[in-house]
Amino acid sequence: MLRYIVRRLLHMIPLLLGISFISFGIQQLAPGNFTTVMKADPTVSPAYVRQLEHQFGLDKPWPVQYVLWLRNALHLNFGYSFAYKTPVAQLIFQRMGNTFILAVASMIISWGLAIPLGVWIAVRKDSWLDRIVSILSFAGISAPGFFLALLALLFAEHTGFLPVGGMHAPEAYFFTPWHNFTDMLAHLILPALVLGVGGCAGILRQMRGSMLDTLGEIYVQAARSRGLSENRVIWKHAFRNALNPLITLFGFSLAGLLSGSALVENVMAWPGLGKLILDAVLARDLYLVMGSFVMGAALLLLGNLAADIMLMAADPRIRME
Amino acid sequence: MHSPILKVQNLHTWFETPTGTARAVDGVNFELYQGETLAIVGESGSGKSITALSLMQLVPEPAGYIEKGSIFYKNRDLLDLTWEEMRALRGKDIAMIFQEPMTSLNPVLTVEKQIVEAMQVHGTATGAEARKRAVDMLNKVGIRSPQQVVRQFPHELSGGMRQRVMIAIALSNNPQILLADEPTTALDVTVQAQILDLLASLQKELGMSMLLITHDLGIVARVAQRCCVMYAGQIVEEAPTSELLKNPQHPYTRGLLASLPSRARRGQELYTLEGVVPPPTRWPKGCRFALRCPNRMDICKNVLPGETALSPQRRVSCHLYNSDSAEAAVPLENPS
Repeated sequence: MLRYIVRRLLHMIPLLLGISFISFGIQQLAPGNFTTVMKADPTVSPAYVRQLEHQFGLDKPWPVQYVLWLRNALHLNFGYSFAYKTPVAQLIFQRMGNTFILAVASMIISWGLAIPLGVWIAVRKDSWLDRIVSILSFAGISAPGFFLALLALLFAEHTGFLPVGGMHAPEAYFFTPWHNFTDMLAHLILPALVLGVGGCAGILRQMRGSMLDTLGEIYVQAARSRGLSENRVIWKHAFRNALNPLITLFGFSLAGLLSGSALVENVMAWPGLGKLILDAVLARDLYLVMGSFVMGAALLLLGNLAADIMLMAADPRIRME
Repeated sequence: MHSPILKVQNLHTWFETPTGTARAVDGVNFELYQGETLAIVGESGSGKSITALSLMQLVPEPAGYIEKGSIFYKNRDLLDLTWEEMRALRGKDIAMIFQEPMTSLNPVLTVEKQIVEAMQVHGTATGAEARKRAVDMLNKVGIRSPQQVVRQFPHELSGGMRQRVMIAIALSNNPQILLADEPTTALDVTVQAQILDLLASLQKELGMSMLLITHDLGIVARVAQRCCVMYAGQIVEEAPTSELLKNPQHPYTRGLLASLPSRARRGQELYTLEGVVPPPTRWPKGCRFALRCPNRMDICKNVLPGETALSPQRRVSCHLYNSDSAEAAVPLENPS
């Protein structure tokens, strides 16, 4: 088991190298760089721009830039952000916590809603409840996140129950720690709901489909023939076997933990990584973009590994290999 | 013979399909006696498996349903029981084993958990006692290293072993009736023989009754005392096995037996029954075998034959043996 994990971790090294190289290369495909905007500005002297380009290493050919970046990255130095003049690692780290809170809250909502609901409608296949939930979930898959976010803001604005955007009230500085926490929770509800409901639909479809497959299995019929209660048949026999594709899906969703909420963060002014990364891409802030890409890729690979380990725990047939 | 332990009367199990109502089981009558093995033989699509599932009331819903009929067990009609009452009987009084040992055990639970669960749910045994009994049951079904097998998962066992485990689970509550739906079809021939012998000896030991669903007349000859031949949702012939094999009456049974290879007809071409079972959504109006029948008469196309009792233990549904319809058929056959 430990050997397997170590082997998988070692496999990640070439993958990450490849991913970083391709991400770096893709960014070079678009014309211009961080200084392009300054060049168009008559108040910035060309000499200053050249000096900046030299300072950032942007005057070298991009493969050379990549090698330099890689050498530093291997020493855990992910470079400086051009725009913020701050180490990339520090920038990402500051925002990571906020995004993490939002992502975990939304995952709890989407998985907590999708799994029981998916099982529930699979058991009642083709009933009117199944149809209604199916229509709603297709609507959920189709509706863009930012649209739901706008609806949520509209709701907050009209009802006044919940704060409109942001993560803390303006006067939060004066709050007691407990009040500060509850204030943050109040701010969290809407963006977490928007992300959670949006993410719920896909999981729900998967859960329903997988559950329908297993409900048709002979061992489920055999379990019924032994006189087990329907609850036991569904949860102990069918559900446990229906779980495998969901675990894989869960692994993938870990990858989106720090990047999946970018649009909603933007619309709802949640001070997370999403806005930082989006701004960085738009501003061609090369090393900040690279830092977040590599982090996302590492999370994806770790998520897959975590899913595979969970699969082994859930299914003895996988444990064998 | 003693009184029947299970009495099925006029059982109809239908399915709603996009192309119409499929009358998979369409008026089945039979009796199962204490301690005997009754075989239901028929080709695929004849409704024999659905008959077994109907007894358990586990016909796949909502498409399938028992349209009418009655199933008497211990003087109670099982079709009148509530879901909970029926659940208490399943696996306790009536147990079932399935065709595919590869897929009829839950892949994520150990053998022990699956046997223990079957006993726990009916309160037969719990805890350490149940675990001990699980080992005993595996021993009983001829598994040589039960201590090791209880800890294994189904995928670690061979097909024959899995079917033995299925039998152990089914018998763990000492059922009165065992429904065996093609229990050996998916197994190697040598393993088939072992499993059949095992079933026969366990049946004798426990004194239970067995309803054996199969398409294989060789299996019938080996274990069943009586035999019902099923065709297109109905039982067309019932007889003690030895008589049925020696002296089949219904043209379908004769066809089935003639299509088996035998030493007596060495070197001759095997007989084949022409055609296939008609689709259950569109049974013919008359005899359902008429289109394939070598003895077809004009009446067969239009009138469904009733049962004719040939002896207390034999009955057949065919116009050839029905004196009324045979007479009625004569003028049609020779119009002049």
